[in-house]
Amino acid sequence: MRTMSETVEAVRHGELRVEAVARASLDRIRQFDPALHAFLSVDAERALHRASQLDQARSRAQPIGALAGAVLAVKDNICTSAGCTTCGSRMLERFHSAYDAHVVERLESAGAILIGKTNLDEFAMGSSTENSAFGPTRNPWDARRVPGGSSGGSAAAVAARLVHAALGSDTGGSIRQPAALCGVTGLKPSYGRVSRYGLVAFGSSLDQIGPLTADARDAALLLNVMAGHDPRDSTCAAEVVPDYVAALQRPVSGLRIGLPEEYFGEGLSVAVRDAVSAAVEVLKSRGATPVRVTLPHTPYATACYYIVAPAEASSNLARFDGMRYGRRAEGGADLLDTYTRSRGEGLGAEVKRRIMIGTYALSSGYHDAYYDKALRVRTLIRRDFDTAFKQVDLIASPVAPTTAFELGEKALDPLAMYLSDIYTISANLAGLCAISVPCGFDALGLPIGLQLMGPVTGEEKLLSVAHHYQQATDFHCRIPQAFETKEAA
Amino acid sequence: MARQDVELKVEEVHHVARLARLELTAEEAQSYAGQLSSVLTYVHQLAALNTTHVLPTAHARPVCNVLREDETRPGCGAEAALSRAPARQGDFFRVPKVLDSPEG
Repeated sequence: MRTMSETVEAVRHGELRVEAVARASLDRIRQFDPALHAFLSVDAERALHRASQLDQARSRAQPIGALAGAVLAVKDNICTSAGCTTCGSRMLERFHSAYDAHVVERLESAGAILIGKTNLDEFAMGSSTENSAFGPTRNPWDARRVPGGSSGGSAAAVAARLVHAALGSDTGGSIRQPAALCGVTGLKPSYGRVSRYGLVAFGSSLDQIGPLTADARDAALLLNVMAGHDPRDSTCAAEVVPDYVAALQRPVSGLRIGLPEEYFGEGLSVAVRDAVSAAVEVLKSRGATPVRVTLPHTPYATACYYIVAPAEASSNLARFDGMRYGRRAEGGADLLDTYTRSRGEGLGAEVKRRIMIGTYALSSGYHDAYYDKALRVRTLIRRDFDTAFKQVDLIASPVAPTTAFELGEKALDPLAMYLSDIYTISANLAGLCAISVPCGFDALGLPIGLQLMGPVTGEEKLLSVAHHYQQATDFHCRIPQAFETKEAA
Repeated sequence: MARQDVELKVEEVHHVARLARLELTAEEAQSYAGQLSSVLTYVHQLAALNTTHVLPTAHARPVCNVLREDETRPGCGAEAALSRAPARQGDFFRVPKVLDSPEG
């Protein structure tokens, strides 16, 4: 099956029509998605219309954009003016955005086809996609298991090759962890690299939009289009966007790869540890030097995150009050009663839980002990990385402590679910870029991810090392047997 | 690591829910009391760190005072905004009465 980069190349050379690519994708969605539930909505008509426009433009030798031929899915917390943007919530079940997110504008004007919206944990809060109000997504490698989350629909759609790539959002690992659990490549760009305009806010100081793809080359090609300044997001960096595809060719030899001891301790499954260690050996054979580093505040990262993120969420989600858009409860006695009823009906259990943790941590008498304390610990975590990146170029670690767990396994124990983010949340707290790359399978045949973390705006190095690793291995090429079919396009 | 148990009572859960404008059923309040207590106990381990001389990080990237020219620009328009409202009256969002509420 062709990757996105190969398809775009074939379209450019006139070997493939965009319409055929879009139809192949729609056929696979029709065939496989009823069992997976990766999608919340698919707009076949719009996709085919855009495909034929692109084919016509090409036949008239008009420019068609760097992504013509790419068929993408979009996590349903990213606004699209076409169709719904539900955030996996009853609160926004019939919500139509008045505008497109910045990344949606960019990708569409580069010729990409956005074929549908993918399932997620409600408002991106979760690590399994079980918190979607519209039912869970299944892991393509084992339907009894979760795809990870919160971008579980995006990861499953790419793993089953229903689309070339998908957009996700990552607040504490929501791109990287599902990428690892589904065996695809997932990139969280540095904070500020990609505009958050049109991403429904969860933790504004942590959220980033990024791609889930078949390989690092496709991630680089998408980042070329997605990255860059947007005045509508005041935290979006004004720095020049390099050519990430060209940067893939940079050599690995001479690079120093840090191995933080805190990421290989108790709780890490043997299969994941062995696969990550083997991946580091591959990088070593390519000329990189592994270096032991220490990130001493790592044991506090989860606690820090589960104050900062819920605090920001409790503030951000205050806007869902049932007045200007979204769900409004009937029969409220007055304004206040209507607020509380609308939110009580419209929001799911995990979202309420996080809003309450955040509200508590910000409330009078507790603010200093929780929120202010967490912000200070965040400084210590950031400093750990500043020190480490003086010694090494990138840091290698597992993405998640285990492979995909079973549906329902952690659903009743929120704290156990929170601890599945243990290796990914520090990158968000420190604003780093990080990628998850397939690096093996456990005894059950479930995929394992290698995480590479880089300093702020270190995406070129990150992607080139991931690319060289994928040149030396084929884990990223494997797809679950049930989804193997003959080349359709 | 110092571990101090945080025990949230059901009345406190109701208080927090009221601050957060969330209606909870009695069962929800009961189960949240246990779950929030275990999460708050877990996050309370930060108290073990001395942070007296550490400044807070509110944002991963030091950006401040992002300004633009003070000039008018087109927005999405009143109709696009109003058309999404659960209830409208002319060019207004229609909302339930505010007065006579217990909280004023």
